[in-house]
Amino acid sequence: MKNSNATTKAKGFPLPSSLKVVPGTERAQASYPYYMQFSKEDDERFWFYNSMHFPEPMCVFDMITAEAAYCALGSANTRIHCLPTTLGIDYRIINGRVYIGGNAVTDPSEIARRTGEFQRRAFYYYENWERLFAQWKDKMMALIRSAQALLKPDLPEFEPLEHVHAGRGVASNHYILETYQKTIEGYFRMWHHHFEFLLLGYGAYLTFFDFCKKAFPEISDQTVARMVAGIEAEIFRPDDELRRLAKCAIDLGVEGEFREGTSPDEIIKSLEKLGKPGVAWLKELAVSRDPWFNINVGDGFYHYHRSWNDDLSMPFAALPGYIANAKAGQRLERQTDRLMAERQRLIADYRELLETEEERAAYDQMITLAHRVFPYVEGHKFYCEHWYTNLFFNKIREFGEFLSKHGFFPQADDVFHLSHYELETAIVDLMTSWSNGSPPRGISRWPAIVKERKEAIAEWAKHETAPALGPVPDIIDDPAIVMLWGITRENLDTWLTAGEQPHSNEIRGFAASNGVVEGVARVVKSAEEIDRLRHGDILVCQVTNPSWAPVFQKIAAAVSDIGGSMSHAAIVAREYGLPAVVGTGTATQKIKDGQRIRVDGGRGVVTLLE
Amino acid sequence: MPSSEIIGWFADVGLSDRPTVGGKGGSLGELTRAGIPVPPGFVVRTAAFERFLRTLEKEGPIRTSVEALSGHELEKITALSECLRKRVESAPLPEDVNSEILAAHIELCGGDSNPPLAVRSSATTEDSADASFAGLQDTYLWTIGAQETLKRVRSCWASLYSVPSIAYRRKHGMPESSVAMAVVVQGMVNAEKAGVMFTRSPLTGDRSVVTIEGAWGLGSAVVSGEVTPDRFVIAKITGEISVREISDKHVQHVPAQAGGVKEVETPENLRRVPCLTDPEIVALKEIARKVERHYGRPQDIEWAIDQAGKIFLLQSRPETVWSVKERGPVAKPTDNPLQHVMKIFGGRR
Repeated sequence: MKNSNATTKAKGFPLPSSLKVVPGTERAQASYPYYMQFSKEDDERFWFYNSMHFPEPMCVFDMITAEAAYCALGSANTRIHCLPTTLGIDYRIINGRVYIGGNAVTDPSEIARRTGEFQRRAFYYYENWERLFAQWKDKMMALIRSAQALLKPDLPEFEPLEHVHAGRGVASNHYILETYQKTIEGYFRMWHHHFEFLLLGYGAYLTFFDFCKKAFPEISDQTVARMVAGIEAEIFRPDDELRRLAKCAIDLGVEGEFREGTSPDEIIKSLEKLGKPGVAWLKELAVSRDPWFNINVGDGFYHYHRSWNDDLSMPFAALPGYIANAKAGQRLERQTDRLMAERQRLIADYRELLETEEERAAYDQMITLAHRVFPYVEGHKFYCEHWYTNLFFNKIREFGEFLSKHGFFPQADDVFHLSHYELETAIVDLMTSWSNGSPPRGISRWPAIVKERKEAIAEWAKHETAPALGPVPDIIDDPAIVMLWGITRENLDTWLTAGEQPHSNEIRGFAASNGVVEGVARVVKSAEEIDRLRHGDILVCQVTNPSWAPVFQKIAAAVSDIGGSMSHAAIVAREYGLPAVVGTGTATQKIKDGQRIRVDGGRGVVTLLE
Repeated sequence: MPSSEIIGWFADVGLSDRPTVGGKGGSLGELTRAGIPVPPGFVVRTAAFERFLRTLEKEGPIRTSVEALSGHELEKITALSECLRKRVESAPLPEDVNSEILAAHIELCGGDSNPPLAVRSSATTEDSADASFAGLQDTYLWTIGAQETLKRVRSCWASLYSVPSIAYRRKHGMPESSVAMAVVVQGMVNAEKAGVMFTRSPLTGDRSVVTIEGAWGLGSAVVSGEVTPDRFVIAKITGEISVREISDKHVQHVPAQAGGVKEVETPENLRRVPCLTDPEIVALKEIARKVERHYGRPQDIEWAIDQAGKIFLLQSRPETVWSVKERGPVAKPTDNPLQHVMKIFGGRR
């Protein structure tokens, strides 16, 4: 890798200004707000494609997920905790693809000034972590409850008589706007909660990680991850609930109803017909669903990544497998005692290998802090990216139904082709129309625009995306980028050289979970394609998230474009003892569906065998 | 026969016996006593060499004639070396030395009259900080029969008087009285594969991994550097195999029909095949850890796996490269444990 530096440095990545909007999609590109568009000055900076969070072209409404997230991330880094060496993350979109770049602080005196601030702020958080985290959970639950309490948008022909007699004096159309604005406000607020602890949590983890890498230069990332990872984190819970439901089905004697290829509706109907035991199982299902099925099949950044609650096919598809495993005598529950004992043994054994008592004392301090903060790092996603995000998108979907009922566009989901600003104009348009009796102006405006934007998304999906843009930085010193995206200077060199070796039959990534497996690759580009996976396939995907956990019971190995050793795919693969290579950058582009490949999870190498 | 002043069975000797059994002999004894599989054998103690030397000295001075030379007088050293080696290799052995070695040989060979043996020099100065000196002694592989064993024991003794050995001792002004040699006689492993392993990474000094190098055939091909071995790195604690470098092992050392070892080409279908399976890597790692724990410090180990798949250790000595490097602590405890996070948040690392 060292030798390639000289050549790659000179080469660099394409400049943002050299990227062309796909012809015919210019108007769709212009629908993104002006502050998301690339400009000439952006050529001076380094950008990378955030395919971890945004692996597919973004509908214009869905860009709110980037907007709200980066707004909150930057606030936490720049203004709240005052990270010494980094401000926030800038983002741009072109052809539906989100590029991001960090704002580093490089002036030593400024770093020193921010360090003082950081220690007054971040250290207070670390010192009071448990209390603040408990408070966080209360805040987050209050936010979820208030989102649940928001009205379903609707407009009666006449204002209900009781409102009139009560002298409310404010008409229903006003509450439509209020609900919408509260929906948007709540979503932006959620992201502030999301980032309140996140960087501090990752930082404490990386501190321990860094120590281990220095003390044991050849220790694998996954071993460090296993020393820190929680055992009962919320991300395991939805999958745990499925195992519980599988066991319930057997205990109640209704497991015969769960056949592969049968739709959830059919299964539920046949359970109802069974009477008492079937109804008893459905009651258990209801218990699991609230809240644990509020997990979406993506990472919370796309409106169409529906939750298990919205679409039961993902959890139901996993049940026959879990039932079969249980009947074959496999223990279904995760053996948390065993996992905890293993973690403690790892920590103690590595501690013993340290050379001095001094080092052991430092090790103890760092692992203690990592364990204190990590429950937040692992747990927040369920509340933020899943539970709250589902409520949010479903509320917007209600606005979609509402507007489509009034003729703004044919389908409810068409609403996601309006930006959140445009959506507010459409709502005000409808409010006005309801108030004055004229037809809404939008019905002649939006259908054509929605159609055009849909076509643009489909077109953009066909085009490959440069992994990075602009000049290559000498080093990547932004802790946020290293922590959240696992991007290092070495990664960039790999990306740069990837194009130079078109015939190489090897793809490299992070060694995420040990073992070697050969098999048929199933390239799954979106969550909708998950049902194409067959027993023994090797999953090749851009990124996985907690709702994918059930597919790990039937795959032989996992390969992802994005992710580090603490990514979801890595964590779950280790739990299931499957080989996994993550963060390859290009696996989904280089591996053909159905191709035979070898996954060496211990070395982080995927070999194309044909 | 029991161990004696002349013969020490592996089970009866240990590291503390180094002055009489040499470094290699002591180490093999130590491993045997620790329950580590080592090919059975005995050590011809330094006393045997001393007695032999006494009989030789009667016929003409040896030690004083060496000490009379300076390290730069290469011609004189060469002439003396030739003379002394001839004497060591041909003079009759003292009767008790001769009979005890023969008796031990018979006992080691058991019913089988001609099993292949390895005869290895085990100098008392060997394995000291200056490893290069250790390399000056000899090892004879695949020796067959009692006469051959006796001959090779003498060869080992004679190697003390090779030109480089004498020159080395003279250059460093080592007194000849401190020079003694024991000789290890042990069963020969008919290795299907063999090599070396290190209980800390030779590349990074990491103590959490075992690095294993191996190739087909006898380990001599790896130790002498005639073949590029496969290289594996396995984590001591998790058993994860993080490195598997499979090399083209073009040659291997195998037993020669008439005794000794010869180099042959590796069959084409084996050259680029990993010489170790995962369970073998794990088993070697376990043995390496056991040895390291026994000694309480990192070890360099020679290993072999015989045709039946059984693992043997042929040598273990303290790792010397990283152990002498002074490394500051990776981190020290801080009064406020939170200070540690500044390594991540505080700027360029």
